[in-house]
Amino acid sequence: MTLDTILDTVAGVCLVAGALLCLAAGIALIRFPDVLSRMHAAAKPQVLGLLLVLLGCALRLRTGVDITTLVLVGLFQLATAPVAAHMVGRTAYPHDDIRRDLLITDELAGDIDRIRADRAGEPQDTSPARTS
Amino acid sequence: MTSQPKAPLTPRDRWRNRAIAVTGLVTVWVLLWGTFSWANVISGLVVAAVLLVVFPLPPVTFAGRIRPVPLLRFLARFLRDLVVASVQIAWLAVRSRHPHSAIIAVPLRVNTDLNLTLNAEALSLVPGSLILEADRRTGTLYVHVIGIRSLDEVERFRQSVLELEGRIVAAVGSAEELDLIRRSAPTGPSGSVELEGAPT
Repeated sequence: MTLDTILDTVAGVCLVAGALLCLAAGIALIRFPDVLSRMHAAAKPQVLGLLLVLLGCALRLRTGVDITTLVLVGLFQLATAPVAAHMVGRTAYPHDDIRRDLLITDELAGDIDRIRADRAGEPQDTSPARTS
Repeated sequence: MTSQPKAPLTPRDRWRNRAIAVTGLVTVWVLLWGTFSWANVISGLVVAAVLLVVFPLPPVTFAGRIRPVPLLRFLARFLRDLVVASVQIAWLAVRSRHPHSAIIAVPLRVNTDLNLTLNAEALSLVPGSLILEADRRTGTLYVHVIGIRSLDEVERFRQSVLELEGRIVAAVGSAEELDLIRRSAPTGPSGSVELEGAPT
C-alpha cells in the first residue's frame, strides 16, 4: 500500500464522517423542540462536520495553496459559529416559543431586564476601558 | 463576584495590541493568497495598516504572554470536547424523547472583555452549552445547557465552566489573573450553594 492510498483512505473516512455529522445536525434542527436547542445543533455537529470535510479535502488535494484556504475556512468557522449562535439566542430569549416545561432552571429570567437596561444606557462603541 | 479594576492601557500596551493585530491580519492575508512571498507580506502590511486606521480596535487587556504548555492542554481538551459535544447532539437528535435543558448563570472570576469573549466562544463548542447572554458589568455568562436532567447536574456544569475558564486563563491570562483563579479553588463553597435564588 502506498502513501497515496493511505492518505486517500483517511480522506474518504473524514469526508464520510463529516457528512454524517452534518446530517445529524440537520436531523437535530428538525427534531429539537425549541429554537435554543436547535442552536446547539447549528453550533456543534455542524462545525465539527465541516472541519472533518475540510480535513478530508486537504488530505486529498495536498497542495499548499488549497490547504491555506481550507485552514482559513476552518478558523473562521470556529470563530463565527458561536457568535452567530449567540446572536440568535439573544434575540430569541424572552419568547413564547421557548419550551419552559423542558427547562430545569432559568437563572436569566431575573436578570434580563437589568442587563438590557445596562446595555441601553451604555453609549454604543464606548467601552469602560477607554477612559485614558 | 470579582470585578477587576479596568486599568487604562499604557501607550506601550496599545502599540503591542496593534502589533498583534497587524501580525494576525498579515497572516490571514498571506494564507488567503496561499503562497509566502515578500510581495504578499508587504501588500498585507499595507492592507493591515489601512484597516487599523479606518477601523480602530477597541482596547483589549491582553497580558501579552502565551504559555505554550497550558495552551496546548486547552486545545487538546477543546478538540476532545468538540467531538464529544457533536456526538452528544447527534444522539439527542435521533433519540425519541425531547431533551431537557436549563439556563444557568456563571459568574466568571476574571472580568475582562478578552476572558469573557474567549469563554463565550469556547463554551458554545463544548458539550451541552450555548452562550445566551453576557453581562459585562458583573462578568457573568448566561448559558443554555442541553441534555441536563437534575439540579445536581446544573451545579456540576457550573463547576465545569469554571474549570474551562481556569484552562483559558492558564493559557493566556496575566499573572494576577492566574493568581485569582488559583486562590478561588474550583471546588470552593462559592459555587455550590444558593441554587434557587437568582444570582445577584
